[in-house]
Amino acid sequence: MRELVGRPYHELRARLGKDLSVRELVEAYLDAIEAFDGQVRAYLTVTADQAREQARALDDRLARKEPLPPLAGMPVAVKDNLCTRGVRTTCGSRILESFVPPYDATAVERLREAGAVVLGKTNLDEFAMGSSTENSGFFPTRNPWRLDHVPGGSSGGSAAAVAAGEALAALGSDTGGSIRQPACLCGVVGLKPTYGRVSRYGLVAFASSLDQIGPLALDVRDCALVLQAISGRDPRDSTSVEVPVPNFAASLEAGVRGLRVGVPTEFFGEGLQPEVRHAVLDAVRVLEGLGAVVEEVTLPTLEYALPTYYLIACAEASSNLARYDGVAYGYRSPRARDLYTLYARTRAEGFGPEVKRRIMLGTFALSAGYYEGFYKKAQQVRTLVRRDFDRCFEKVDVLATPTSPVAGFRLGERTTDPLQMYLADVYTIPVNLAGLPGISVPCGFVDGLPVGLQVVGRPFDEVTVLRVAYAYEQATDWHRHRCPLFRG
Amino acid sequence: MDYETVIGLEIHVQLLTQSKMFCGCSTRFGAPPNTQTCPVCLGLPGALPVINRRAVELGLRAALVLHCTVHPTSQFHRKNYYYPDLPKNYQISQYQYLEHPPLATDGYLEIEVDGQRRRVGIRRVHLEEDTGKLVHPEEGNVSWVDYNRSGVPLMEIVTYPDLRSPQEARAFLLKLRQVLQYAEVSTGRMEEGTLRCDANVSLRRPGEPLGVRTEVKNMNSIRSVERALAYEVARQRELLERGEAVVQETRHWDERRGVTFASRSKEEAEDYRYFPEPDLVPVEVTPEWLEEVRRGVPELPDARRDRIMAQYALGRYDAELLVQTRATADFFEAAVAAHPSPKAIANWMLGEVSAYLNEHNLEIEQLRITPAQLAELVRLVEDGTISGRIAKDVIAEMLQTGDSPRSIVDRQGLVQISDEAALRETVEAVIQDNPGPVRDVLAGKEKAVAFLVGQVMRRTQGRANPALVQRLLRERLGLLGG
Repeated sequence: MRELVGRPYHELRARLGKDLSVRELVEAYLDAIEAFDGQVRAYLTVTADQAREQARALDDRLARKEPLPPLAGMPVAVKDNLCTRGVRTTCGSRILESFVPPYDATAVERLREAGAVVLGKTNLDEFAMGSSTENSGFFPTRNPWRLDHVPGGSSGGSAAAVAAGEALAALGSDTGGSIRQPACLCGVVGLKPTYGRVSRYGLVAFASSLDQIGPLALDVRDCALVLQAISGRDPRDSTSVEVPVPNFAASLEAGVRGLRVGVPTEFFGEGLQPEVRHAVLDAVRVLEGLGAVVEEVTLPTLEYALPTYYLIACAEASSNLARYDGVAYGYRSPRARDLYTLYARTRAEGFGPEVKRRIMLGTFALSAGYYEGFYKKAQQVRTLVRRDFDRCFEKVDVLATPTSPVAGFRLGERTTDPLQMYLADVYTIPVNLAGLPGISVPCGFVDGLPVGLQVVGRPFDEVTVLRVAYAYEQATDWHRHRCPLFRG
Repeated sequence: MDYETVIGLEIHVQLLTQSKMFCGCSTRFGAPPNTQTCPVCLGLPGALPVINRRAVELGLRAALVLHCTVHPTSQFHRKNYYYPDLPKNYQISQYQYLEHPPLATDGYLEIEVDGQRRRVGIRRVHLEEDTGKLVHPEEGNVSWVDYNRSGVPLMEIVTYPDLRSPQEARAFLLKLRQVLQYAEVSTGRMEEGTLRCDANVSLRRPGEPLGVRTEVKNMNSIRSVERALAYEVARQRELLERGEAVVQETRHWDERRGVTFASRSKEEAEDYRYFPEPDLVPVEVTPEWLEEVRRGVPELPDARRDRIMAQYALGRYDAELLVQTRATADFFEAAVAAHPSPKAIANWMLGEVSAYLNEHNLEIEQLRITPAQLAELVRLVEDGTISGRIAKDVIAEMLQTGDSPRSIVDRQGLVQISDEAALRETVEAVIQDNPGPVRDVLAGKEKAVAFLVGQVMRRTQGRANPALVQRLLRERLGLLGG
């Protein structure tokens, strides 16, 4: 197990069918889950039987010398807000505790078609609302680097699973930073694709105009491989876009010579932990050393991004979550006496406090008399944020920023102050508002906790984002660090 | 001083699509509960809507025949409210904002009332999805939901308050239904719920601003719309004449009692929290697409009436009646294609067939006979196989049983008697038995001839060839051929 776990897939793949079987790889990861998950608690559901069955089928294909699909045997974890046929999908919520979808999300279906083996479903903040995974309706997940710290969120289970060697890669969803921020806090690579790059079909919606599914992996190349498998137009999602899907791994090694890297002033201001600032600026210097042209740019609307995001995301959430009413599926309060109490009790008992807070906020923002001042105004500001980015991308090819303003925080540290918690995503949220691709790659440590560099690109230019991240990663060795659990 | 009636209608029309508005489920009516559902129309977590292109085309077709302005970009919205027949607890609909127009706006439909033609303004045409259906069994403290109808494509048509009487409202609905049926947009049957109508009605002194209106719901036929509106107008007039105020409220029509009654009033207006549906991209209607839709619009009633007048040499009145519903016009033309006697076929359709339908409250689609059978009947009369008199009995039998005229004629031995020898005997017997009338005939009273012919027809159960009887009688009595 020790020998296999924690090695990127692209290093293992050539060994498949030679000195390594899919079964061995999958068993190694199931062992790691067995060994570490009692402490990390990354998984809500482990589907060991299904995984073993899938491994057997793939080994049979190997034995028959059939050509292997691109991710054959890759043991992956799936965030529990992505529907999996026949496997309960809880969204980290009591209200969906026993919900078993009759279908796979498109991204999950495509992962399976690519040969990936699903190990289980990972923990998250309830309905992906949060930045620490402490809002899970079941239990918090811990940061494998320091178990008294949060793994970030909302894809905290997926990030922690990859960091702890409990999955080789994972799917997450990112509405305001939910892939990049936990990837950053757990010291792994996490990418949010351009809005429309990956089908949202089967992703339980939090905020439809912001949600995007993406990969978390040990390094940039694995990340590119998973992105390759899940990308592309899906007729079942009207917002998925008909654009060509390039070969993401092919141009990783093109380097950054002559590439223009923008450093937005506003992302290095108040609220940024000095050590994090240091690590990120060091990372920018590394890129400069590799031949990139670094330029300072400005994104003046950054200060409005957070309130704008919370209005839009909560407004959409208030409507998206209306369907959990105890009528056709999911939790139904045993204390319901009539239609009104069926709704009221079911939702009061089924949802946690953060979800309720956001539903109320969103309902308010859409109400008659407030719509113009809140929701509509927020949409207008969103346009301004987008224009800010457009202006930047006239001058530079990518932006380099911190992913998170701090190198993690302890469990319980921010749970009583929602606004402090919301600030955890201050650098990732604008990227969602503008629908851009963004990646977080490890760029150092502060007190044994990982720090992340965020690289943001033009719409549908994941190729350049990955290329920059890869160049940086190859010039450093942060991505080779493994959390203390590995060291036993 | 009299009041002026002001009526506006909101009409929901089920579009004639094979599949639902946002998923591939069938729209077929009458399937067992919850057998035509999928994750999308059940509102399961993670499922996403995809717009049915055909539904948009039918909406565009309706917009064109109603002379509306079609917007190049329109947006779906979410209408948020909680009800168990609404699986997502929001309905995907189109809502009119300045920046987000519905599919089409500002058109008209021309109606004719008492020989006067008037244009009734159409405020907007938009698309939306239907809800499921609640079922309340008589026993047990439970309710069931059938989601087969959930997501079925609907088009909402809203008029301006341009109608001035319940009769005009009825004329409008008849005309609208006719046009939508012709355009193959909807079956337009209120009885089956493929056309539903709510009405806003108020009274005012002529020239004054609009009065307080009530919204009348729960009318399930065009006739009941007219009745409900007549009741509501009378009710409001009575209130106003007593010096009382009309309360703005929703009122339900009780078909059995023939009254409207106020439904439980909500303390405040419902806030639907509309916002643009983020799961759908805007509907883009290019000029090319609109042109393609325009070319596909089937012949409309007025054009068909004019063509039928010209092609079959029929009068305007007959043609107007024949195009009343598309099914009627189709029936007529199919019959004429089988036997080219348009006038005779039109006469049968507007006479016996129409009377039968009225008497039994049926639509022409429910007829047991086919156009070919009606054509055959006309042919049997024209070739002398049966008399026109017998034909009336035959068609009555046909309408009842759906049997072909030939088989009825054969079965009942109704073939016309044109055998001179056989008829001479009957003529002789009638002359013997009716000396009085015979005297009258001989005295020059022409009317008595008809009486004697009638007697012969009676003795032959109407099967005698009347022209032959006439000739034989005259010959026998020594009269010159008439």
